[in-house]
Amino acid sequence: MRYLFVTLALLTALLMPNSGVIAQQNLRFELNQHCPPSFELTTEGTCKLVSFYQMYDSVQNRGLGGTQTSLPPNRDGFTPNQIDLGRLLFFDPLLSADQSVSCASCHRPDKGLSDGLEQSIGINHAKAARSAPSLWNVAFLDKFFWDARATTLEQQAVGPLFDPKEMGNNPQQLLSSLKSNEYYPELFKQAFPDSDDIDLNQLVEALAAFQTSLISLNSRYDHYAHGYHQALSDNEVAGLNIFRSFVARCAECHQPPLFTNNQIAVIGVAEKEGVPFDIGAQKTYNAAQLRGGFKVPTLRNITKTAPYMHAGNFSDLKESVEFYNKGRGHAVPPDEKLLLHWHIWEPNLSPEEVDLIVEFLGSLTDETLTPQIPKIVPSGLSPVDDSYNNKTMLVNQGE
Amino acid sequence: MKTKLLSVALIAAAFSGGIFLGKGGSNDNFVINNGGGASYAGGYDKNAEQQNSGNSPVSARTVEGKTHVVKDGSSIMEAVKLAEPGDTIQVMPGTYHETVYIDKDDIHLIGVIVEGKRAVLDGQGKLNDAILYSGNNVIVKNLKITRYKGNGIMGQAGNNFEISNNIIVDTGVYGIFPQLGKNGLVEYNIVSGISDAAIYIGMSDNIQVAHNEVFDSVAGIEIENSRHAIVENNMVYNNTGGVLAFITPGLPIKTTFDVIIRNNFITNNNTPNFGAPGSTVAGIPAGTGILVMAADEVIIEDNIITGNKTAGIVITDHENAPNVTIDPESDTKPDKVMILNNLMDNNGYDTLDEVKALMLSEFKQGKPDIIRVGGSRDSCIINRHQYVTVGVDNWKECEFTNTDSIDTYILDEPVPARVIDPSEKGKIAYLGICAGCHTYTGRMIGPPVQIIQALYMDNPEGLAEFIANPTKKRDDYPEMPPQNYLDAETRLAVAKYMLHVKK
Repeated sequence: MRYLFVTLALLTALLMPNSGVIAQQNLRFELNQHCPPSFELTTEGTCKLVSFYQMYDSVQNRGLGGTQTSLPPNRDGFTPNQIDLGRLLFFDPLLSADQSVSCASCHRPDKGLSDGLEQSIGINHAKAARSAPSLWNVAFLDKFFWDARATTLEQQAVGPLFDPKEMGNNPQQLLSSLKSNEYYPELFKQAFPDSDDIDLNQLVEALAAFQTSLISLNSRYDHYAHGYHQALSDNEVAGLNIFRSFVARCAECHQPPLFTNNQIAVIGVAEKEGVPFDIGAQKTYNAAQLRGGFKVPTLRNITKTAPYMHAGNFSDLKESVEFYNKGRGHAVPPDEKLLLHWHIWEPNLSPEEVDLIVEFLGSLTDETLTPQIPKIVPSGLSPVDDSYNNKTMLVNQGE
Repeated sequence: MKTKLLSVALIAAAFSGGIFLGKGGSNDNFVINNGGGASYAGGYDKNAEQQNSGNSPVSARTVEGKTHVVKDGSSIMEAVKLAEPGDTIQVMPGTYHETVYIDKDDIHLIGVIVEGKRAVLDGQGKLNDAILYSGNNVIVKNLKITRYKGNGIMGQAGNNFEISNNIIVDTGVYGIFPQLGKNGLVEYNIVSGISDAAIYIGMSDNIQVAHNEVFDSVAGIEIENSRHAIVENNMVYNNTGGVLAFITPGLPIKTTFDVIIRNNFITNNNTPNFGAPGSTVAGIPAGTGILVMAADEVIIEDNIITGNKTAGIVITDHENAPNVTIDPESDTKPDKVMILNNLMDNNGYDTLDEVKALMLSEFKQGKPDIIRVGGSRDSCIINRHQYVTVGVDNWKECEFTNTDSIDTYILDEPVPARVIDPSEKGKIAYLGICAGCHTYTGRMIGPPVQIIQALYMDNPEGLAEFIANPTKKRDDYPEMPPQNYLDAETRLAVAKYMLHVKK
């Protein structure tokens, strides 16, 4: 199956390097008629998630608990066309003000759908306030951004699109770019047949549809959870037991099966030198009790998404796990009064136990359903853009 | 430890006019006999879910599996690894230094007590938890557990559990902590010396906590973010706080309601608070018999509540509780609290200054049995004249006097087993796993399904065998990784499914 057909091969000949324009002849985009892997096409023509975890139950149907626990309610019900249009849009730098970055620039398939940076970099080399969260399993979430300021994927999408430090666009320019593109009007018509004209709602719905297809539920941990206990090494099982022990308490917030409870937690990580204290969810909820609170992130594919925490505060997983072992409030700035989460305490884990937790976290990797990067997107711009990579390098060199 | 149950804001509010401490209660002198009166119907309609009868929450076995006997000097965990669902593990007297984790259904872990000698799990102050289980229908019984850093017995989403007849001494944070489970029984355990709750029911439904003895801990029995729980016939003494019914904000399950606390001895819970700094229980004032925080539909009936120096019963909302965060998705108020007859004596004899100030605002003095601070809607009380109270004068009379019609909230029929229908298995495995690399006609990471169908059409067994142990067949495709983590039944089901898909 191809998500995208490009008739008449010879792709390289069709592309005019550096100009960002597709040669006009014979190029045709065809949206996928099939649901992505892990989704079943219903009689209504929409895609429905299927997973072994759906065969289990959970208390109050909240999708939290132990090994064989059902998933939380999830977003699905989009058509294959909407999902595939979302994929094209996701990878298309046309969405940014200067057409230099796409959604995938900060949510890269090769970086765990994050970007490997402490803080993401938008147009004009601007550093965003926080790091890019991974998008794996966002279909199950009802809080978005580190500070939980959005409650739907659609709400979330307009954030980066119009943030001057991220994609920097504005609704007028964005709609105009899409409408004047040679291919998008027809593609939107296919995905949203009841509508005559492209609008922002369709754009964010298509982006949401694509993101709900980013499913990672088939790691070696999952094999263990479903009953194949040989899937984990002795060390990984030992790590799992420390992870879910009431000494380390990792699983109290990073609760299986998603390895997040999707709540806000104040854990008291220090900012990097010279960076002002980030008040996080205090702003979202207008609540001093949540000062310095951030959404608990999933740990699935966590080995792929260094550096960690809301602003890349830790460079690797060991450092991140050690943070919890250093004592309640050890990194809180002296002038800050935070109501730290009750599970932040002094577990006194041995160095070996810290290593075993890190080893266990490696078993949560499953990227088998990584989306296919389009070979070409309707704007003709490069879907995995070299200019972005270069920019990243320059910024890292202190430009 | 300095306690501060009542916030400054509250005191200010109380003095500024007694917003919620109205004087009411026209029936102050009406004595209600709780024998034979109307009975509370409870908040859980069993008939809505199922019928039939049976006492244990654990599914009855139709066929008894193997019995594995673990002797002193050998490992309980090795037996668990060998055990299949339906098996029983008998642990002989002796000392065992290990963490036992049970990620399987229907395992009975039973200590054998010989002339008073038990199987002792000893964490030596080094091991984290003694018992962890995530399977359904797990029984943990007759063990002695001591010196673990974390929990004695911890359940993570196991349903239909029974934890009984265990002795848990000086072990870490929680003695018995079933979390995120439905339909469970915790009875006849002795738990002491615990730095948080001796018995802690977290985010669970349909729970019975009965006939336990809990003492010398920060909290005796805690029902947190849980529904349909009965706490009865327990001895709860010499803790900091006796029995707690909480909504803790910030947890993913947001409610506590329908909790019956009845027929318990809740006495002399005056132990100085030794909870970990920052823990929710660290804010409990020593000398609290029963503490209701934000929980709804809590019934307190026929307990003997004596000698708790701060108060017999304290009812508070989140706003007036220390150490507590806020949660926009949680209701902070304890509504529909129902206080029926209780024997209360000699409580509140050394209460907090803040409480004394509150009493003054109602022109009361003496030793408080019942303290309510913060908002509470639709709560009720009978025979209030018997007690020294603060904040309940305007509560109405309860319309019933007892909970006799509620025997238990344990389900008559256990939560069904986690069985996956073979036909579903085939489809789920195909869509969730195979489809990641194979499509019907096109080339992806693996060859098209059409080609596989041509090769194996009448041979699903052969295909099932191949996916368990794939060999490299095609130079132009990467070698397929083994799918042996799927059990044999699932492999055959998915092979059949794959051979019949049409697009």
